[in-house]
Amino acid sequence: MARLLCDGTVELNGGVSVYSYGSAVGKMEGDGPLGACFDYIAKGAELGKETWEQAESTFQQYAFEIALKKGSFIKDDISFIFAGDLLNQCTGSAYGLRDTSLPFFGVYGACSTMAESLSLASLFADMRLGEYSAAITSSHFCSAERQFRFPINYGGVRTPTAQWTATASGCCIVGAADKPPFVKSFTTGKITDMGVKDANNMGAAMAGAAYDTIKRHFINTKTTLADYDAVFTGDLGQVGSDTLKELFERDNISIEGKHEDCGLMLYDREKQDVHAGGSGCGCSASVLCGHILPMIEKGELHRVLFAATGALMSTTSVQQGESIPGISHLLELSDN
Amino acid sequence: MKGDVILNVSKKEYESIYQKHSGKSKLYITIPKAFAIGGFICCIGEFFTNMYLYMGFDAEKAAAYTSITLVLLSALFTGFGLYERIAKHAGAGTLVPITGFANAVVSPALEFHTEGLVLGTAAKMFVIAGPVIVYGIFSAFVYGIVLVIIKAFGG
Repeated sequence: MARLLCDGTVELNGGVSVYSYGSAVGKMEGDGPLGACFDYIAKGAELGKETWEQAESTFQQYAFEIALKKGSFIKDDISFIFAGDLLNQCTGSAYGLRDTSLPFFGVYGACSTMAESLSLASLFADMRLGEYSAAITSSHFCSAERQFRFPINYGGVRTPTAQWTATASGCCIVGAADKPPFVKSFTTGKITDMGVKDANNMGAAMAGAAYDTIKRHFINTKTTLADYDAVFTGDLGQVGSDTLKELFERDNISIEGKHEDCGLMLYDREKQDVHAGGSGCGCSASVLCGHILPMIEKGELHRVLFAATGALMSTTSVQQGESIPGISHLLELSDN
Repeated sequence: MKGDVILNVSKKEYESIYQKHSGKSKLYITIPKAFAIGGFICCIGEFFTNMYLYMGFDAEKAAAYTSITLVLLSALFTGFGLYERIAKHAGAGTLVPITGFANAVVSPALEFHTEGLVLGTAAKMFVIAGPVIVYGIFSAFVYGIVLVIIKAFGG
């Protein structure tokens, strides 16, 4: 039965397994360094749909169907779905999953949504509320651009600190089972505002939140960095990763060699011209489902932290001059 | 303990940390590139002006036809997805000439056609260029008044 340790950290004792998982990504993500890991790589960004929003929903639908298939599930084996995305009112999820007719929770944690939805799905599994629950998120470069920035064909120049929204989706199906990877605990993020106002520097806005959550997890679980094989952050990109590294250096902790960032792993930054790295709900979701979870399942990684990060602003709040609050939700995953 | 301050750093200190890691634009590359590509677009303009003059149009007509031609080319390049590829390198070089204005109008018109011809294409067409038009007309109005006042005092 799940137990609250302290200050947002919940320990799960019910043998919650990420039983099955699937990833679906766009062409550019498929051309990246992790290309070989993904279950489905689209030939283009449209997926033959009329709108970018429909394409994003379809990616989410594919990720769900792949995860079902890989676990030999049928749709009705799933008791609850927790899903979210970046689109206004979370329509990427609502439209992508509307044909499932399954109990659905829409969640929003910006680019940290994968860790947030997986935390909640794992908690439900630990409480034995139904047999299996699914956590799904997605993002799409084109639907995000038109909502947050400019039209695709507009000749604007991105700043060096800007990040590239990943066209990707990931789905995890969790339940009590004797099969790694297991979800051991999670630490809920706190809204952390470091006063960053530049919407083209999300990594800087989120690094403080990542530090807070990771450090809090160490304290609440009485562990140190040495206890883990790796710490994966969501999408801090180059600026956020370097900032996080320096924040830990102030505590005389070197995260170098143990820390990896999904936003830096998904693309070849130089060749693919993504500036500070990838971002979006689908960025950490696809790297989790395509790279991290398989490595744990194979025993190549034993105990890792997955701390997805999100920036909780809107175009309105940025235009009104508000600073950008960050959040980071963390899960501890292990092979035993 | 619950509620303990974990990240013990002031916002000012935090800013100095992340600013250090935030890359700046390489101006020694971007500015010459903008100059070269922007200049090239102007050369194309000059070519068309001379061509129209050669065809026998007067200077005013030649200038107007040049603008129309550049706007048409920019719209076509935008539609075929080529403009943003050039603009990525050119920066202000493609933004400042009239071609940049055309791109700013055509790109949202294309992007938002999925929301319909009225609420999408037409309503969003000036979402980027609109402020330029508004403040362009407004400053023309202000300068007009200034000119009237100067003339009234016998300037």
